[in-house]
Amino acid sequence: MSKLANVLTGAALLAVTAGAAQAEGFGLGREALPEEIAAWDVAVLPDGTGLPEGSGDVWTGEEVFADACAACHGDFAEGIDSWPPLAGGLGSLQDRRPVKTVGSYWPYASTVWDYIHRSMPFGAAQTISADDTYAMVAYILYSNGLVEDDFVLSHENFTEVVLPNAEGFIVDDRAETEYPRFSAEPCMSECRDPVEITKRAVDLGVTPEDADGKPAGTLPPIMASAEASAPEATETAEAEPAAAEEPATEMAAAYDPELVSKGERVFNKCKACHKIGEGARNGTGPHLNGVIGHQAGAIEGFRYSKAMLEAGEEGLVWTDETLGAYLADPRGYIPRNKMSFAGLRKQEEIDAVIAYIATAGAM
Amino acid sequence: MSDDTQKGTTRRGFLGTAAAAGGAVVGAATAARASGPDPLITEVQDWASSFGDPVDATPYGMPIRFESHVVRRNVEWLTESPVSSINFTPIHALEGTITPQGCAFERHHSGAIELTKADYRLMINGLVDKPLVFTYEDLMRFPRASTTAFCECAANGGMEWGGAQLEGCQFTQGMIHNMEYIGVPLRLLLEEAGVQPEGTWIYVEGADASSNGRSIPMEKAMDDVLVAFYANGEALRKEHGYPVRLVVPGWEGNMWVKWLRRVGVYHAAVESREETSKYTDLMADGTARKWTWVMDAKSVITSPSPQAPIRHGKGPLVITGLAWSGQGKIARVDVSLDGGVNWQEARLTGDVKSKALTRFHLDIDWDGSEMILQSRAIDETGYVQPTKDELREIRGLNNVYHNNGIQTWWVREDGEVENVEVG
Repeated sequence: MSKLANVLTGAALLAVTAGAAQAEGFGLGREALPEEIAAWDVAVLPDGTGLPEGSGDVWTGEEVFADACAACHGDFAEGIDSWPPLAGGLGSLQDRRPVKTVGSYWPYASTVWDYIHRSMPFGAAQTISADDTYAMVAYILYSNGLVEDDFVLSHENFTEVVLPNAEGFIVDDRAETEYPRFSAEPCMSECRDPVEITKRAVDLGVTPEDADGKPAGTLPPIMASAEASAPEATETAEAEPAAAEEPATEMAAAYDPELVSKGERVFNKCKACHKIGEGARNGTGPHLNGVIGHQAGAIEGFRYSKAMLEAGEEGLVWTDETLGAYLADPRGYIPRNKMSFAGLRKQEEIDAVIAYIATAGAM
Repeated sequence: MSDDTQKGTTRRGFLGTAAAAGGAVVGAATAARASGPDPLITEVQDWASSFGDPVDATPYGMPIRFESHVVRRNVEWLTESPVSSINFTPIHALEGTITPQGCAFERHHSGAIELTKADYRLMINGLVDKPLVFTYEDLMRFPRASTTAFCECAANGGMEWGGAQLEGCQFTQGMIHNMEYIGVPLRLLLEEAGVQPEGTWIYVEGADASSNGRSIPMEKAMDDVLVAFYANGEALRKEHGYPVRLVVPGWEGNMWVKWLRRVGVYHAAVESREETSKYTDLMADGTARKWTWVMDAKSVITSPSPQAPIRHGKGPLVITGLAWSGQGKIARVDVSLDGGVNWQEARLTGDVKSKALTRFHLDIDWDGSEMILQSRAIDETGYVQPTKDELREIRGLNNVYHNNGIQTWWVREDGEVENVEVG
């Protein structure tokens, strides 16, 4: 009853619903089962709350890390491209370009454990076992020079780990340090000397641009003829598939457009690392233009794993069948290759994404 | 067809003349004189004679094609992967305060997932008397509340800490949207489970692969946090957390967990990745502020702005913008035309709601000379939006988050607008 009174202000509404309010509440929902709580409540707190039993050593961690993480974070946790570095940066927090890593910035090892276990690797979350998580945290600590190479991390010694920046954080103090300063009656006239422009964003030239060189999204002139300024909806709709089909070879034309379109959606799982289509370049993974029908590990300029290079040299050619088998189980099909992707579970997704790769990446 | 062509030619011819005439007489007190009858008025146009689209031409309508530039945009160099990235609301092209869902900025950590109402589950567990699981249908049976609130990424304006960098308020202030939500007060769900006395924090997390999670103190959880399933009158869009997201009024967007799947009750903050390595504010001395949840008062002139230059010449000019505060209502907005030397009070247009976007307008007679436009929000606590330099003086240049400094636009004589800083 009192719960409802706080929510509903109208007396009439109260009268209608008061009967539904039991002393026990609304009686909605059901009790969560222990197995369900265990499956979903995986949070680990700085005091060790939530840590499962287990352990892992630095060397195991290095192996698991090389397999699951190094493609983005680098073999030594140093970070590749703009992916986050996890090691180094100690003493850099006052620099103009601070390097915020587990060693230099993160306050708690529990955060590393929690995040790896629940959210990593990117694109294959919740696939790392508790023991492997202990091992990877141990390796990251080692990469930061915080433990020796014979270190074993477990639920028993976990809370003994103190990260260098544990004391580096203060609770929001804006109410004391900023609000009084910014709460004076504001000046309305002749508040300062005439101003000069000291910085112009145009000097940096980093804003996305429209075709005419203006900042992307600049409003078209209202008084220009509508036909001249607005894209023809029908033209655009027709132009896009046409442009995509144009360079397609006969092989690509064999794919059902619906399958290709479904494959494009499946490709969302891939495009964090792989680019495809006109102008695609190598990123975390190789670009995928022209891979179908060609030797594995052969995209120019990409640093493949030894395993992938060898597979290509031994004659592996990407076809619907071989690529399908690879995508179903990347680590099983080519052990120790560096693609950190768990694989596609559904055959229809595999067929679709291959159709898309063949079509969009046709050379 | 030949009729159309002729008409088009005539119309364009007229517009050309009008523009030239307008250029010659702008600034005059009286309106420009037409050089001849406007064929758009004197000739019967197609749309005034034949049919338009029937009903059901688009059972769920999209904006007319002439508005195709009003879309979210991203800045590709900001992030490595589009599934863990952000884009920006085209605030330069919108008016009023409600952001349409279809162009409201997105931030995903592992991509926007498809989750059906049937597959949806919400768990409340931890330090509660009775851990519970709710289906979507269960949630629909709790009493509902409504709130209109802005959701602003803590990094909105983050690229501008070091100096003016991006051309357009879509990019400098566009990590924000404002919607009217309907949902269940989180308090009701927590009370249903029965929070134990030692349960002083909740941890909220999403069902997506990132399971993005944040800790929220119990006081806030019991105050105005909403478990929302409708926005702007319709179901949440996929990219905004369909079917259920958390609404945390006034607090940074990262806490507004989408695809909400669990509310855990704990004795302490979880100190997750998103509240330690990210969303903490590094100060000049190398220490960092944590738990900086509230979004302080801020404003920006949305037009004129770099993506919305002045094309009509001298004379009446509408200056329009947005103001907001995570502490409550906007009390006043001032606008300066000279880079902060002199200020005048703008009009607050429409309802002023707590922790929601407020629209302001200032109508001026532009003399065609250059202007250095700024706006400054003042909220009901008396907090006055600071300059960027005032913030830098306290926090240094490495803060990344919570840049609520005053934005400066340089309007040139030709009406083009640039993002600048002044000293």
